[in-house]
Amino acid sequence: MTPDYAHSYIFIAALGVAAFVFVFGVVYLSRLIQRRHPYPEKLSPYECGIEPAVGDSWHPFAVRYYVFALLFVIFDVEAVFIFPWALVFRSLGRSGFAEMMIFIGVLFVGLVYAWAKGALEWD
Amino acid sequence: MNWNLSFFEHLIAAVVIGLAAPALSAIVFPFAVRRLSGFMSDRLGPNRVGPAGFLQPMADFIKLLLKEDITPSRSDRLLFMLAPAIAFVTPVIAISVIPFSPGYTIASLNVGLVFVVAAGSFAVLGILLAGWASHNKYSLLGGLRSVAQMISYEIPLIFNIIIVAMLVGSLSLNDVVGAQGKVWYIAVQPLAFLFFIIAGMAELNRTPFDLPEAESELVGGYMTEYGGMRFGFFYGLVEWGNATIWSLTGATLFLGGWRGPFGGSPGWLILKMLVLVFVVIWFFATFPRLQIDQLMGFAWKVLIPLSLVNLGVTGGLIILLPDNFLPPVAAFSWVSVIVLVLLFPPVQRKLLLRKRLGKAAA
Repeated sequence: MTPDYAHSYIFIAALGVAAFVFVFGVVYLSRLIQRRHPYPEKLSPYECGIEPAVGDSWHPFAVRYYVFALLFVIFDVEAVFIFPWALVFRSLGRSGFAEMMIFIGVLFVGLVYAWAKGALEWD
Repeated sequence: MNWNLSFFEHLIAAVVIGLAAPALSAIVFPFAVRRLSGFMSDRLGPNRVGPAGFLQPMADFIKLLLKEDITPSRSDRLLFMLAPAIAFVTPVIAISVIPFSPGYTIASLNVGLVFVVAAGSFAVLGILLAGWASHNKYSLLGGLRSVAQMISYEIPLIFNIIIVAMLVGSLSLNDVVGAQGKVWYIAVQPLAFLFFIIAGMAELNRTPFDLPEAESELVGGYMTEYGGMRFGFFYGLVEWGNATIWSLTGATLFLGGWRGPFGGSPGWLILKMLVLVFVVIWFFATFPRLQIDQLMGFAWKVLIPLSLVNLGVTGGLIILLPDNFLPPVAAFSWVSVIVLVLLFPPVQRKLLLRKRLGKAAA
């Protein structure tokens, strides 16, 4: 049986709930049968094993990650636009194809610009 | 196979399949990795527990279940507990759009390809949360690295999935399998398949892109503070569940899905999935790890531009020859793969040498 459209999303929601129930269920099960003996040293964050962790771990991190996240958003949105186009581009013909190539070309120029500016270099 | 199930029977079957697939992969594949990579590097691998070591996964599972469940004192408790569950959503829900046989898909969405990509984002979210909530420097850096890598390689992965969607003219995975009656898309678009494998390895954090878990520099990456069953979820069920989903998707997109001799059946799909999982293990035993600058550079400077070119040329050929586009697309793709495989290593070597010389001069 291939379920209809609305039913499909009920199954997906059920699977998502099942994933959560499964994870918490198994962790709860393991809590029931294990021996627990927590003490402050055991619960402290691991750093080198001898000294306790130095300073705050939620410290500022390299801005590089942010640059790549921005680039990712741009290209991900581009992909969202290409998905529906890929579905219908045969019926859109040559003009529809040319328009999408211009759109991709503009973003391609953006990628070349980021490359030239050194945004893609890690070190 | 055409099963006439009631709604609730179908719902129960869906939940059982969704949970059993990652659970089975977590039991079978880590053991397969240890045994196979053992043989590949002329070792034995685990062979003590049970006949030929086959009970080793069960022993590991019991050990993880009995280990003390620790929540580090400085962690963000709620997010720390939520992270494994959120990451686990990906392998469970993504399997619902994979067609197992001519008549059985858990949820045959007409946007199946978009759904697989969207489901994959839960894994990124779970890893980012785990890295942040642990309140540990290794976890934070491992999580950020992992997320930077996964989002960078997600883009070429999406573009190569779109190329298949363009060949089919549909986003439904049932139609993708239906369109591969005469020829599998690995023969039509080997370039897209190659990029799908490379980007997939990075998405799964597998060798040669396993930097997030680089044990020599980041201890356990985003999993450092996790222990017991929570670690088991990240290390076993999420990682190998995702590997299973990626392999099933690759088998459906490029290897004809459930198609095979003697009629289509789930057996063929599982066989093709195992072949792709074997490729993952093979890479693990063969390749050294990349540096992070090489890793990010490869995604943005090689994979994304070449994938876009492939997308444009494929679309152009389909527009020019709407009735018979498969032979020219295949010709273009095969020639590009051969040129790429022949040209890439020497060019890369030359560029690297020039960069090193420039640094030495400066």
